[in-house]
Amino acid sequence: MSNSERPNRLFRNLNAKIASIPMVLTAGVVFVGGTAWTVLYSFTNSKLLPRLNFVGLDQYYRLWATPRWLISIENLLIYGVISLVFSLVIGFLLAALLDQKIRFEDTFRTIFLYPFALSFIVTGLVWQWLLNPDFGVQGVVRSLGWTSFDFNPLYNSSIVIYGISIAALWQGTGLIMCLMLAGLRGIDEDIWKAARVDGIPMWKTYLFIIIPMMRPVFITTLVIIASGIVKVYDLVVAQTSGGPGIASEVPAKYVYDYMFFAQNLGQGFAASTMMLLSVMIVIVPWAYLEFGGRKRV
Amino acid sequence: MAANGTSVSIQDLSLNFGAVSVLQTLNLDVAEGEFIVLLGPSGCGKSTLLNCIAGLLDISEGRIFIKGKNVTWEEPKDRGIGMVFQSYALYPQMTVEKNLSFGLRVAGIAKDEIAKRIARAAEILQIEPLLQRKPAALSGGQRQRVAIGRALVRDVDVFLFDEPLSNLDAKLRSELRVEIKLLHRKLQNTMIYVTHDQIEAMTLADRIAVMKGGVIQQLDAPQTIYNRPVNRFVAGFLGSPAMNFVEGQLEAGTTAVFKTGDLTIPLDRYGFDGAGTKSGPCVFGIRPEHVAFGEAANSMPFATDAAVEIVEPMGSDTLVWTKLGGRNFSFRVEAEKTLRNGDPIRIGFDPARASLFDTPSGNRM
Amino acid sequence: MSDHAVSLSATSSNPQAGVSGPSGPKPRHVFSRRNIFLYGTLIVVALYYLLPLYVMVVTSLKGMPEIRLGNIFSPPLEITFEPWVKAWSQACTGLNCDGLSRGFWNSVRITVPSVILSIAIASVNGYALANWRFKGADTFFVILIVGAFIPYQVMIYPIVIILREIGLYGSLTGLVIVHSIFGMPILTLLFRNYFTSMPEELFRAARVDGAGFWGIYLRIMLPMSLPIFVVAIILQVTGIWNDFLFGVVYTRPDTYPMTVQLNNIVNSVQGVKEYNVNMAATILTGLVPLVVYFISGKLFVRGIAAGAVKG
Repeated sequence: MSNSERPNRLFRNLNAKIASIPMVLTAGVVFVGGTAWTVLYSFTNSKLLPRLNFVGLDQYYRLWATPRWLISIENLLIYGVISLVFSLVIGFLLAALLDQKIRFEDTFRTIFLYPFALSFIVTGLVWQWLLNPDFGVQGVVRSLGWTSFDFNPLYNSSIVIYGISIAALWQGTGLIMCLMLAGLRGIDEDIWKAARVDGIPMWKTYLFIIIPMMRPVFITTLVIIASGIVKVYDLVVAQTSGGPGIASEVPAKYVYDYMFFAQNLGQGFAASTMMLLSVMIVIVPWAYLEFGGRKRV
Repeated sequence: MAANGTSVSIQDLSLNFGAVSVLQTLNLDVAEGEFIVLLGPSGCGKSTLLNCIAGLLDISEGRIFIKGKNVTWEEPKDRGIGMVFQSYALYPQMTVEKNLSFGLRVAGIAKDEIAKRIARAAEILQIEPLLQRKPAALSGGQRQRVAIGRALVRDVDVFLFDEPLSNLDAKLRSELRVEIKLLHRKLQNTMIYVTHDQIEAMTLADRIAVMKGGVIQQLDAPQTIYNRPVNRFVAGFLGSPAMNFVEGQLEAGTTAVFKTGDLTIPLDRYGFDGAGTKSGPCVFGIRPEHVAFGEAANSMPFATDAAVEIVEPMGSDTLVWTKLGGRNFSFRVEAEKTLRNGDPIRIGFDPARASLFDTPSGNRM
Repeated sequence: MSDHAVSLSATSSNPQAGVSGPSGPKPRHVFSRRNIFLYGTLIVVALYYLLPLYVMVVTSLKGMPEIRLGNIFSPPLEITFEPWVKAWSQACTGLNCDGLSRGFWNSVRITVPSVILSIAIASVNGYALANWRFKGADTFFVILIVGAFIPYQVMIYPIVIILREIGLYGSLTGLVIVHSIFGMPILTLLFRNYFTSMPEELFRAARVDGAGFWGIYLRIMLPMSLPIFVVAIILQVTGIWNDFLFGVVYTRPDTYPMTVQLNNIVNSVQGVKEYNVNMAATILTGLVPLVVYFISGKLFVRGIAAGAVKG
């Protein structure tokens, strides 16, 4: 480039380096620095303001002794299993149905995917209304004469997390369907032809040939669903605000409430570090499988 | 055509996708044990026709018989066919053995029968050492063999090949070409083979069906198609380097002649199709290897003077470009001949070996 | 496929129809068992997906007395737009009773600069990574991508401190910066991959012609990458508009984005619940991303597929 008289290493590609400053700051300061900062302060007894007064693992002992945190974790597990299983199964089935060279494919796809354009807040509020015990599904069925009909997930602590999962599945399954459909479309047409010539029934072709071939798509989808599960927050806030009582609390809400309402920063930091840990448990093996084997830039 | 019975018979087959006509009232009879090649440029409908025979595409009109049985509405698996695909279409997560046996197991065939068939196919194709490998661990040629094996174990009468060699490099392609020919000799099955490669077509086929625009242009033995193409498209599509075409006028009379510029080529030795010839615009075609050069040219019924324009050495021989009637004109000479640009030369040919096409219709005269 | 629903009559059009037996297309019935199952399932599922939207619209057009008496699924007996007017200009959050319109304009003031800033930064960055690789760039890029998987909760508080230090905590500008930071991983990936897929010769030819870093970006790369910019805009507009967490953490009540204000209106404990107003407010909040979705169609799918594939 222009300043060729002085080949200083630092100034080579200077413009590219300037353009990358935001990335370097984001990655270095916010992502690495911020994470390290939070982890570090999770070992302190910070209350209203962050203070470097180390108390060892105290915050973690307290965290795991708090019923609200334990309920949050339990809810996250139930919600996670339901999200994973149902969105994979429903998403794949819908994709397989759409892949049958049907008419109005675009219309159907548009309908299945539109909830994904909506925010969790909107989703949560709609389903709060649909599941309203007096006016929603339960009320309508009762008014039809079946007075003993009971479907009141949002006000029943033992099943409230399932009520939230219904809304989450409504919102997110369309995305999974789209990813699966893209995966199905990526399969060589000749494979289908070969299976037909071999006389293999369609369901067996899916089960023994197509699904094994879509393994990478399934893994990627799994990671996407899993990282979404840990983040669940707005949906709960909108649908139940954590209630009834603390029956539908989730970890992300626990963190927010302790940081900004309870003014117990140390607890918030410890809880968020636990969230980070759970994400690592999912991401690290995946990253290892995906990128560990072969060299990739 | 072979004397024995008809293996595959296609009657008045048409295929339309909406308003687009892909195949038009097509008829084709394939004799038992015959090797038919469907040849044509991409988009000519050759693969589509093969998929129709296999039952992978629903036809719009007509009937398909295999071994005398009307299979027009049958599922592919019930048609008595095996198929080899361009992309091999091996099931990637199954071993070679599982690939070969999957269809048989689904069909509920007895275990020892399956084992027997796999052993036979593996022996014929020499893939015994590969049986426990997965397709990813095989080379292109090996995959192709397994794909053929999958058709072989089905114990069928008709083999369908959909451009099976076009994913391979040139060297491997010529090797496998020979193997397929040997396989056909050994098995004596009916084979229908789709390709856009004229060498494959010429070397493998008992008969070639040259297709264009969903219509079979010519169905004949390779040599006949090469020497007596029925129209200008077939003449131009087969042969490399391509046939020379010179446009001009046909003048009928007691002895018909072809005139272009100040050249007059006598056509008394040319075997006209049909009875009458009438004057009109036409195209004179002659293959580069049918052109004589130097001394030999003078012994030809037609000879003229020309000048060398470009010399293209090909190794085994040399292609020389010159002008005839103002048109680019090429001919072959032995590689040893040294010619330079601008050299005056004498060229000649026998019009009996030429092809004459009516200009408006493009048909052979 | 139902255009092949013609039966055997096709045979009669064949002159030498002396031969009997199957001919022409295999007869298919529009109402074959397969089609009934296939379309039946799809239609039932589609209705299920449409139901919440329908209920939202229907509820928002009813008066409160009708809601108390009736059925949420029944269409309104008397259509009223009053709930919409109320949601837009009178609904209360806390002491403020100027409706969702304030949240709407806040969201616009947040979304527009965030989308522009995040895409500008990420596209230049992606271009630098794709074409002007320098030592260490890939390390930061990997950190950036891995960072996309870190739960936001871990980074929320340090950012609060940073923003407070530079005096932007609680302001719209602060939130714009936050959105640009968290939009960076996916957008950078999107642009880097797009620019990498463009022919390298193009870039080399431009360099031989004497164009520099910015010249190539503005004159060669930008004009050729309109589709990916549209995808990025779709991704960012919906993502930022729908955000709740950052809005609630980094803004004050008078600068709350629409989602936060909506939640406060609907879930406020004071006063009588006005379900019709709530639903009108909910639709209003969902309207912007829905319009983006229905207009962009296939590009939206491409955007989320690109966005989803790597986090």
